[in-house]
Amino acid sequence: MVEKTKLLEMYRQMLTIRHFEEKVFELYGQNLVPGTIHLYVGQEAVAVGVCANLRRDDYITSTHRGHGHCIAKGAQLGRVMAEILGKGTGYCKGKGGSMHIADFSIGMLGATAVVGAGIPIAAGAGLSIKLRGTDQIVACFFGEGASNQGTFHEGINMAAIWQLPVIFVCENNLYAMGTRQSRVMLIENIADRAAAYGIPGIVTDGNDVLAVYEAAREAVERARGGGGPTLIECKTYRHKGHSRFDPAAYRSKEEVAEWLKRDPVTRFENKLGEMGVLSKEQVEKIRSETIAAVEEAVKFAMESPYPKPEEALEDVYAERESETAK
Amino acid sequence: MRETTVRDALREALREEMQRDKRVFLLGEDIGRYWGGAFGVTKGLAEEFGDERVRDTPISESAIIGVGVGAAITGMRPVAEIMFGDLSALAMDQICNQAAKIRYMFGGQVNVPLVIRTPFGAGVNIASHHSQSLEAWFMHTPGLYVAVPSTPYDAKGLLKTAIRGHNPVFFVEHKLLYPVKGLIPDEDYTVPFGVADVKREGEDVTIVATLYMVHKALAAAEQLSKEGISTEVVDPRTLSPLDKKAIVKSVKKTGRMVVVTEDCKTVGVSAEIAAIVAEEALDYLDAPIKRVAEPDTPIPFSPSLEQFVIPNEKIIVKAVKEIFS
Repeated sequence: MVEKTKLLEMYRQMLTIRHFEEKVFELYGQNLVPGTIHLYVGQEAVAVGVCANLRRDDYITSTHRGHGHCIAKGAQLGRVMAEILGKGTGYCKGKGGSMHIADFSIGMLGATAVVGAGIPIAAGAGLSIKLRGTDQIVACFFGEGASNQGTFHEGINMAAIWQLPVIFVCENNLYAMGTRQSRVMLIENIADRAAAYGIPGIVTDGNDVLAVYEAAREAVERARGGGGPTLIECKTYRHKGHSRFDPAAYRSKEEVAEWLKRDPVTRFENKLGEMGVLSKEQVEKIRSETIAAVEEAVKFAMESPYPKPEEALEDVYAERESETAK
Repeated sequence: MRETTVRDALREALREEMQRDKRVFLLGEDIGRYWGGAFGVTKGLAEEFGDERVRDTPISESAIIGVGVGAAITGMRPVAEIMFGDLSALAMDQICNQAAKIRYMFGGQVNVPLVIRTPFGAGVNIASHHSQSLEAWFMHTPGLYVAVPSTPYDAKGLLKTAIRGHNPVFFVEHKLLYPVKGLIPDEDYTVPFGVADVKREGEDVTIVATLYMVHKALAAAEQLSKEGISTEVVDPRTLSPLDKKAIVKSVKKTGRMVVVTEDCKTVGVSAEIAAIVAEEALDYLDAPIKRVAEPDTPIPFSPSLEQFVIPNEKIIVKAVKEIFS
């Protein structure tokens, strides 16, 4: 049984991500966000359910749809928002943007926008843990589309043969951009692919934060105890399109309506109500607090300066080897 | 000083750095106790340091580099081996999009101290998938350093610098250089990046050459000296960072330059070096710049075909003479 304070914290995080992403969407509509955006709305239960099992010194790797992962791992909202707006106070000083946020101080090893590229990197962090002899673990997030990449095969196989402390979290939201899963693979469950590597493959309801939490808890325990990697597939759905103003016309209205009924935030709210953990008053209180936190992040980001243009030339290399290695 | 081969010098660098720093570990295909690397560079290291630190991998180039990246950003100092340089194509995303960009893209939060060792070069009749010289691909990628040693001394010293440094390094080993001998000091030393070495001093013409071509250039210089042409041979030793100053300085002295590299001519290493001299020392040139490089073909198999496309001493001598006529 998960402690009450933990449950409430998970609820708060899910709401925070929801408000944050809705705000990003709003700012995008006002032309305040350069480039593109990939929103996490609808998938909040995955990041929160997994990260609720992690310590601050555990690692995660993330994807182009990564705002939720950052927030669930404990990143500062203001610095995430500032990065999305391209400001100098952002986590990456404006060099990464929405698709490349990292915070190494909390073990957030960064988001890659090359689909599937984070999988071997996560395995490498796992190997590093093993060689250093610590009891950290790595959670590697990716979508079902990434499971068709060669890096999925190479990375998970390596983690498996070396029994590395990595949990591979596949967020199956059914669509890789506009391509439905059934068009690009004959299997229904990505988790079945785990059998090819001799590791456990678990299918879980990715819109039920407690189900995700439980699946991740077991996998994290196994990884920390030296039992090797697990592939967890979380069945979920993105409420918005793939990016920008994608109207997602490739999905039927009925399908969308069906998934909206399973909205992870509402479901958890109701569940907590049934459990007697969350009152209507508490809902209102947490809601207004998370909205305020997001507003504060927006204010920080909006008031932050853009980086100086010539900063584009910095950070390509660490100091020159010719000066350090003599 | 004592004599050793490039192969043994590289192994010494790996061994000494593994002894010095327990964060250093090796990974690659068949680098461990059963083979010691396709070219024998890591022979004996698994026996000395164990299978954990000299790690055989599956045939998964992309994950070899990806795992190296993940380990490098979390406190380790991996040295990954790609068995043949041509196969780096399988890992291009991890090398060029991940290793090279992570520091920049994340605003300088983290360094990627990853060394990627791999052999390039033709001359042993193993055809198009095992013989190319692709240095230019990596020289063209900001965030990577590219080392191109031509002697045992440079190989050991540059590899140590690569392992001790804080940036991802693409470390090129020419496969014909492994048995080449030279002198190295008994004590610990490093060779800095971005500092060219004048391998032979001369007055009349500068040959800038890399890797195995340094030795062919030196042989050509010897030949030319008999015919009254004093040739300076400049070896950049690293292509990134590139010691432009040393190249320009030599050209200002001699007034003539021939660039000799084994990679393809078009948009190759020689093109970059020629462009730098054209930009920065045109007024000092007494003759057009000449480039001797691979004639834009894949590397063919049959010895007669292969030898035709690899620059040799005769072609270098001819190129030099042409700019004196």
